[in-house]
Amino acid sequence: MTNSQNLICVTCPRGCSLTISYDDQDQITITGNQCKRGAAYAKAELSDPRRMIASTVRIRGGIHKMLPISTNAPFPKGKIMNLMAFLKSVEISAPVKMGDILIENVLNTGIAMVASRNMEKID
Amino acid sequence: MLTVHAYDVIVIGSGPAGLAAAVSAKKNGVNSVLVIDRDVEPGGILLQCVHSGFGLETFGEDLPGPSYAQRYILEAESQKINLLMDTMVLDITSDFVVTVSNETIGVQRLQAKAIVLAMGCRERSRAQIRIPGTRPAGVYTAGTAQRWVNVEGLMPGKNFVILGSGDIGMIMARRLSLEGARVNRVVEIMPYLNGLSRNYVQCLQDYDIPLFLNHTINKILGKKRVEAVEVVRVDQNRKVQPETAEIIPCDTLLLSVGLIPENELTRKIGVSMDPITGGAIVDNCFETSIPGIFVAGNVVHVYDLVDYVSQDGTTAGKYAASFIQCNWNSNRRKIPVIVEEPLRYVVPQKICPDTLRESAIRLLMRVSYPMEYPVQVSLFTDQKEILNKTYPYVRPGEMVSIQIPKSAYDLIMASQEVRLKVLRKE
Amino acid sequence: MDSYDVVIIGAGVVGCLTARFLSRYQLRILVIEKESDVGAGTSSANSALIHAGYDPLPGTLKAALNVRGNEMWDQLADELDFDFERCGDYVAAIGEDEFQQLQILKRQGEQNGVPGLKILSVDEIRKRIPNINPEVSGALFAPTAGICDTFAVTIAAAENAQMNGVMFRFDTCFESFLVEKHRIVGIRTDRGDIRCQWVINAAGLYADEVMHQAGSHPEFMIHPRRGEYCVFDPACFQIDTVLFPVPSEKGKGVLFFKTTHGNTIVGPTSEFVDCKEDKAVSVTGLRYLEEQMQRLIPGADLRWTIASFSGLRASGNAICTNSDVDYSGDFLIESDKTVKGLIHCAGIESPGLSASPAIAERICLLLEQSGFEMIEKPYWNPRRKRRPCFRHLTNEERNELIAQDPRYGRIVCRCEMVTEGEIAAEIHAPIPARTYDAIKRRTWCGTGRCQGGFDMIRVVEILTRELNLSSEKISKNGPGSEFIFSETKNQRSGQC
Repeated sequence: MTNSQNLICVTCPRGCSLTISYDDQDQITITGNQCKRGAAYAKAELSDPRRMIASTVRIRGGIHKMLPISTNAPFPKGKIMNLMAFLKSVEISAPVKMGDILIENVLNTGIAMVASRNMEKID
Repeated sequence: MLTVHAYDVIVIGSGPAGLAAAVSAKKNGVNSVLVIDRDVEPGGILLQCVHSGFGLETFGEDLPGPSYAQRYILEAESQKINLLMDTMVLDITSDFVVTVSNETIGVQRLQAKAIVLAMGCRERSRAQIRIPGTRPAGVYTAGTAQRWVNVEGLMPGKNFVILGSGDIGMIMARRLSLEGARVNRVVEIMPYLNGLSRNYVQCLQDYDIPLFLNHTINKILGKKRVEAVEVVRVDQNRKVQPETAEIIPCDTLLLSVGLIPENELTRKIGVSMDPITGGAIVDNCFETSIPGIFVAGNVVHVYDLVDYVSQDGTTAGKYAASFIQCNWNSNRRKIPVIVEEPLRYVVPQKICPDTLRESAIRLLMRVSYPMEYPVQVSLFTDQKEILNKTYPYVRPGEMVSIQIPKSAYDLIMASQEVRLKVLRKE
Repeated sequence: MDSYDVVIIGAGVVGCLTARFLSRYQLRILVIEKESDVGAGTSSANSALIHAGYDPLPGTLKAALNVRGNEMWDQLADELDFDFERCGDYVAAIGEDEFQQLQILKRQGEQNGVPGLKILSVDEIRKRIPNINPEVSGALFAPTAGICDTFAVTIAAAENAQMNGVMFRFDTCFESFLVEKHRIVGIRTDRGDIRCQWVINAAGLYADEVMHQAGSHPEFMIHPRRGEYCVFDPACFQIDTVLFPVPSEKGKGVLFFKTTHGNTIVGPTSEFVDCKEDKAVSVTGLRYLEEQMQRLIPGADLRWTIASFSGLRASGNAICTNSDVDYSGDFLIESDKTVKGLIHCAGIESPGLSASPAIAERICLLLEQSGFEMIEKPYWNPRRKRRPCFRHLTNEERNELIAQDPRYGRIVCRCEMVTEGEIAAEIHAPIPARTYDAIKRRTWCGTGRCQGGFDMIRVVEILTRELNLSSEKISKNGPGSEFIFSETKNQRSGQC
């Protein structure tokens, strides 16, 4: 008897409908994916679901009060709200360049928070 | 008298379409290119779209909106494109005089040899969908809330209801949840999701935000600030069923109910418009009915991928360059592209068969209703079907595209029109 | 305690014009208003018409003050510098049956003293309004009718009053009268007591409650009557006049009218509501407008509208003081019969705006007749200048303005072409605009197609800066209607 489970892949805008089937030996088969990333996503989603997280942090001396930032790799889903709480305490100073690593190894995940854009220092 | 400054190409709007057009015009040999934008910095709406999901097609990378914009901004800077920011365009004439206003130069007239309009789109407001009820504070478009939260660092509410399941609505649902607000629900009048299914997963499901299909907001309550909304079910004809009304307390109602290409200037110039897209009627060079007036991006029709916006902007910029370099035949032959139901529209609405000699032509379409089964999109000339493409499903929220390859040159040249059909694949 | 000669309750068009008319005398005058701005109640949403005066029943106060008021508008518009256009209005008869009623209206108008009324033939009305219902059988034309910008009138009157020494206090609500020996000595508000000799009750929808506080006319009631309107996108639909249907027992009916800003509006509905704040727009109301407007202009479509709004009429049940006339819905304008020092103007519904200068004139007269000493100021200035409006200037004029203040070069509202300079000027005006709605009313910012989509964020930012407040304090229309709850990334925001 095989069991199955449906997932929508979030890797790209195509949003493939994936079916994960388990056979008697708990071997997994993934169907419905149009590329390799779909299979990887399905496997990860079952064991260690992760998401790219984008947010903002306060910035001093920039054109705006907030700087958009993002994780540089998918971040463990279970820790997202801890990450958001942590970001409240962060303040960056302009200038910043896109890709600058602002926080290394955030919450001991090995993942970094990087600046999503340049922001010059203004007077 | 007002001073007149002259440029070769003036681009209105510094979003992804405008920047791509400007860079492309420059790379195709134009001397002076000026980009005008009403915002204080270039990048357009992408700057407030802090989420990732941009650039997979163009850069093969999943970029946040500001990073996607940054790449084009850097390129525009390296190409020495003139930027005139914090400036509003008051008027454009069909002989390419652009009247602008800002704090430093005041009201001035700028003369161009060709113009690319790339003003993007605006959001449909409460008035256009006519939600009854009071008019308190706390009813905002999703984009307004997005700018407040992501750029200004201000929270416009604590307890939200979102009307419309378009991508902006869902992305804001996630963004607000991340910032600690409560999103009570997303309400969608149609029986299907209006945005990408991956956004349903990563924006709503991940944050336990319920989606109510076949529902709408029937009334806004609250004197000074929104206090609640009345949510009702609609039947298959989208008629409200009053007996299903439910009062949902909230302090903010976000509207994500569609985008309208921002074409006030375009209309004023006298360009022929397509009533269905809300944008100008264009050929595959993105030239409008007025020679030398080009359009690019969401001002033409509402795209769902920024990558296509940039690509089409690049095309518009390239042909704007050709236009002023006089290797341009304004009387070149154009044939209509016709769509049949359930295709709602196609862009471009006309193609110049000649251009197939240089490059393939991409046609972008939207369907009127979802078809949740495999379909075949076919392209016909006068004579016969010349190519087709299979989709596992088609939905109004996801654009359908088909490419006419260079190899079809002879067939297209011989045809009086091109016709597109969608049929269920047996 | 503060002490004044006259306190006016309510900063609507009647209260502000009364303040302005009284400001020519050597009096200390205070206007109190429960909202954050002038003209926020009944004066904020109406048809903005200056009626000729053929509609009210002859012999009523409404008829007399409408016709007198109408005569006063040219001078008022000249002195206070607001837009007013005597464009005339039409009552169109649809079908032969209605044609008879035009004669009745014309006779009634002539009895009221309305000049120039004329019945137009089918051909003539079709020529003047080509898209009118083809079944039109004729029309009454009243050349003295006009349109104005109600907000501008109220603001201009308040500003001119302020220039001449009148004080204004907003977010201040009347609670009761302070009476000694049957004579008013002051009022109690939610912000303290105010001493005064005279009180003018211009409280609009609440005039009955104010009146009852003095113990007068317990039988007099104001029953709010809601009117819903829709504003057309000028690119889709415009009519260059004011067009009424033949009136019925329900009132003047659903009309089309142009505004001084170039939009065309259709409305109002007419529906009694229970709550004096119920300015909601309803499904039934919109449907009613859709249906009614087809009678005048078939094919007009509510899909062409960019906004809908509603207002409340302060409909009273005052019996006409002229015993020859059987009418119980007249204006009630009189000195209070039980206490001295109190004048009421209540039940001011249509033609209240048209009559408002005449009402103010009458209040001055009532004060004088009561023996109150009113000495004219030697230096009274009846004139007030409007501030520059970018969209109405030539490019050369614009550049002169920008040279003086660069902020006039920065456009904040694209649809209506409103500049930061204009907004800042309104924030620092004699009657300061302190809310988004106050700025909207004064500059028309955010009233266009995108309905604030682009400007709202910028206006909030400008208000924050110019008023030197935090963003959380900026509101749509006063306390309780703030836009922003907190900053993001605030330690207090969210539970995580």
